[in-house]
Amino acid sequence: MKNLLFSKSHEWVKIEGNKATIGLSDYAQHELGDIVYINLPSIGDKITIGESFTDVESVKAVSEVYSPVSGTITAVNDELESQPELINNAPYDAWIVTVELSDKGELMTKEEYEKFCK
Amino acid sequence: MSKYTPHTKEDLEIMLKAVGINSLDELYQDAPKELIVKELKINEGMSQMAVEKAFQKITAQNKVYDTILRGCGAYDHYIPAPVAALTGRSEFLTAYTPYQPEISQGILQSIFEYQTLMCELSGMDVSNASVYDVGTAVGEAITMCRERRNKVVVAGAVNPQTITVAKTYCKAGDTQIIEIAPKNGVVDIEALKAAIDADTACVIAQCPNFFGLIEDMEALAQISHEKGAKFVYIFNPIAATVLSTPKECGADIAVAEGQPLGMPISFGGPYLGILTCNEKMTRRMPGRVVGQTVDKNGKRAFVLTLQAREQHIRREKALSSICSNQALCALTAVIYLSLMGKEGMRQVADACISKAHYLAEQLSAVKGIKLKYQGEFFNEFAIETDKYNKKVTDTLDKEGILGGLKINDTDSIWCVTEKADKATLDKVVSIFKEVK
Repeated sequence: MKNLLFSKSHEWVKIEGNKATIGLSDYAQHELGDIVYINLPSIGDKITIGESFTDVESVKAVSEVYSPVSGTITAVNDELESQPELINNAPYDAWIVTVELSDKGELMTKEEYEKFCK
Repeated sequence: MSKYTPHTKEDLEIMLKAVGINSLDELYQDAPKELIVKELKINEGMSQMAVEKAFQKITAQNKVYDTILRGCGAYDHYIPAPVAALTGRSEFLTAYTPYQPEISQGILQSIFEYQTLMCELSGMDVSNASVYDVGTAVGEAITMCRERRNKVVVAGAVNPQTITVAKTYCKAGDTQIIEIAPKNGVVDIEALKAAIDADTACVIAQCPNFFGLIEDMEALAQISHEKGAKFVYIFNPIAATVLSTPKECGADIAVAEGQPLGMPISFGGPYLGILTCNEKMTRRMPGRVVGQTVDKNGKRAFVLTLQAREQHIRREKALSSICSNQALCALTAVIYLSLMGKEGMRQVADACISKAHYLAEQLSAVKGIKLKYQGEFFNEFAIETDKYNKKVTDTLDKEGILGGLKINDTDSIWCVTEKADKATLDKVVSIFKEVK
């Protein structure tokens, strides 16, 4: 978790070279409540910084997930289709997509993010 | 004072005093004086007796036929007496859609049973609580399939009214709709194959089709899937008991007009839009869905479920804005199916098939009349003849018979249900025989 970066819209990003892995922060899953469904995107989809690339359903609401980076989706965590609760239980293990990076937006370190959430 | 508000003069005075004004007019003091209506230019009103007489005069102009030999989307099936007796109960007839659904367990249970019965009829995995009619069901099916692809192919002879509604839905979403003309009354397979491409969201076909013919729906589903398109099967709920189910044919979505299930023809409505799909597409299905669960005491209970699909939660991201269902008509279908049972439904279908084939046989034996298409049909068929003229129509009319629907100068589509009797069918044939 140390090397994760965070966006203002509460996604975490792990950047390895030109590959980025994206998930939801603990703060996000806590605010959302029990997640019952995630509307997963597809491999090959192009995503853009600040634009919604998926949405997440809790029992009473649907929330957009905004992309912290731009690029093309190279992998999707299909496990989340049948077990969306993994996002609540282990937010930093439950990755949503991996992306071939073309650009990244403003990202915070873990410390900066924790300050941001207060 | 209006006859419909229950407040007495005394009630009004108490309320006015509580609010601190002297008259009802003072409630509107903020409205510009020139906008307040001084008089409504309408009649004084009539007594109940006079109203009844006026309406009787109007309805006397209706012609109610004893025998209806016309289908094309609305079918004259027998409605057992308990259906109207039950749906006429005020708890069902006047109830509005529940806003705190969990309190209306009875209504939810009836919708759950409706959904279950629709899955049994179609073989599909999931049904919603219904939509307005087959037209909206097809429109919603298109919306369900339209994700990354924006073309729709209508294969063969689908009811033109259904296509009209589908086109309205497509127009709103800039979806291109391509109609493949039928060949010999059924889907032109080669033309269909050529029309489906990587941008085709779904292929829509109807069986029995508009001409009454049975299509090879399994083959159509396969062709659709080969190119990655979904297959939408428009089925007939009575024929569904004797044909391969949409599920067996590989349909992704199965829709139908539920009117034959206990609803009268009613000059076009209210009807019932049946919408079912495979489990994979469940979350793309619009409208209400009732689910079964347990309450805190472990007792079975019903709820509205998967509501995060709906527009009151998903808002502009919702696939559809429909947030209602045809509750009374859905209930009618439940009652009809429960009364008829599997055996009864089968008997209805068998009677429809045999009576329609009898009429087709007898009519095509008349000189100058021939069956327009070869191929298996359920209970509708098209004939080609010059003999279906005004004289025939007038004679049929006098006998209380509504004949087949003329679709052009020579062709007409005829339908026979379990209600027709042999004597009447023979009379129709003899009327045609008289034409020189």
